[in-house]
Amino acid sequence: MTDNDTSLVQIRDLHFSRGNHMIFDGVDLEIRRGRITAIMGPSGTGKTTLLRLIGGQLKPQTGSVVVDGEEVNTLRLGPLYQLRKRMGMLFQNGALLTDMNVFDNIAYPLREHTRMSESLIRTLVLMKLEAVGLRGARNLMPSELSGGMARRVALARAIALDPMMMMYDEPFTGQDPISMGVLVRLIRTLNDALGLTSIIVSHDIAETCAIADDIYLLSGGKVVAHGTAEELDHSDSAWAQQFLKGEPDGPVPFHYPAPDYFDDLMSMQEAGR
Amino acid sequence: MLESLQRLGRKGLAFFQRLGRGHILLWDILAGLSSLLPRPHLVIVQVYSVGVLSLLIILVSGLFVGMVLGLQGYNTLVNFGAEESLGTVVALSLVRELGPVVTALLFAGRAGSALTAEIGLMKATEQLSAMEMMAVDPVKRTLAPRFMAGFISMPLLAAIFSAVGVLGGYFVGVGLLGVDEGAYWSQMQDNVDIYDDIQNGVIKSLVFGFVVSWIAIFEGYDCIPTSEGVSRATTRTVVHSALAILGLDFILTALMFGD
Repeated sequence: MTDNDTSLVQIRDLHFSRGNHMIFDGVDLEIRRGRITAIMGPSGTGKTTLLRLIGGQLKPQTGSVVVDGEEVNTLRLGPLYQLRKRMGMLFQNGALLTDMNVFDNIAYPLREHTRMSESLIRTLVLMKLEAVGLRGARNLMPSELSGGMARRVALARAIALDPMMMMYDEPFTGQDPISMGVLVRLIRTLNDALGLTSIIVSHDIAETCAIADDIYLLSGGKVVAHGTAEELDHSDSAWAQQFLKGEPDGPVPFHYPAPDYFDDLMSMQEAGR
Repeated sequence: MLESLQRLGRKGLAFFQRLGRGHILLWDILAGLSSLLPRPHLVIVQVYSVGVLSLLIILVSGLFVGMVLGLQGYNTLVNFGAEESLGTVVALSLVRELGPVVTALLFAGRAGSALTAEIGLMKATEQLSAMEMMAVDPVKRTLAPRFMAGFISMPLLAAIFSAVGVLGGYFVGVGLLGVDEGAYWSQMQDNVDIYDDIQNGVIKSLVFGFVVSWIAIFEGYDCIPTSEGVSRATTRTVVHSALAILGLDFILTALMFGD
């Protein structure tokens, strides 16, 4: 078996920076087919940026991103759009089109990319809505949905074209325990039932570890640990331990870099402020 | 000293970068217009929200501007015993200048700001990003129809503005001040030329429609995706559009009527 058979996404020596701020400094990643891979790390480590690089919305400075054998960063717009038809992405807030109701939102990619009849589109949309449990909400407008429902509608829209891969951007953030449980189950069942490959970007450790087959921990622009949830639990990386256990101090210090506390207080007194 | 020079340089660079992004976006929009041919309903929906919904403000403003022109024109002309020419004065002022310019200013305030805010919020709520990820080009699907709708609506609104203005002048001049009705219309007919006056007015309104739509769409698409960014972009749309309209009006007038 070649690399391409087992892994859907290969990222090699990825460097990306915004202005002077380095976000990725030589990241190597592999997303295996049929699995759920989680990418975790503290806020601001560029997890969402990584999804945008995989989707071709951003271009890396150096390194390569290969999705299903195609190098995303060198693709022209036409082939890139063809590739994106096979990718689904769930945005953090759902990103539903606010001028359409739930039904039209899910029908949107079908109407844009296929010449299906309206009756076939209706059947498909109702099937997708049934899968996320919102068939009864088809006539609601996005403004009438709760955050969890909006995410489920967006999930139904993302799988409308039966993609080969799903990317989830912080799917659990700001959800109540019930919708969190619903989403966790949906991601797992959709992945297995539709034969997808899923990438979850998150910092909700318990939920993500419960469904992820593979976990990458990112920090400081590099992969600091990689393995299954169990392997990471026993990892000897102090950073991984601090992150997974949520300890306030450790390799990631509690304090933002600052001059010495005592000196700082004294210098304020001297300046009379 | 060195610092202020650096600041000036940074601002200059940022200005030219924005100018460049604006032109690239315009190019992409123009290149995307052909994709609208098989889907005219995308434009029609936007003509409704950009054009039809602006009708009320255009009708009311046109009526009042025409009435003011009738009143002011009469007061001046009557000193020379030339109040019969009121129809000409009202029509020429409207068709050549006030129609296109005032309509464009109102259009920038009513429709331009709405376009910027809508596109800016679509960007802030990741709707444009989501379209890209669904392999739908937001420039072709969202921006091009709005641009086309603005370009089509502006000359139509200007024509309506001028027509209503002529009626406003008629109500005041003929109805209230006693100008002869036949003279009002016949003088207008004799002295308004289809090429020199009406065609030039239409060209102006087309140019203004192009520029206002471009500015509004670019500001929305290029805004910082936060509530503050969207509000700033909306303000910029109105300010830049107004300046562009008045500046271009001078240039166009000089080219059309300068000799």
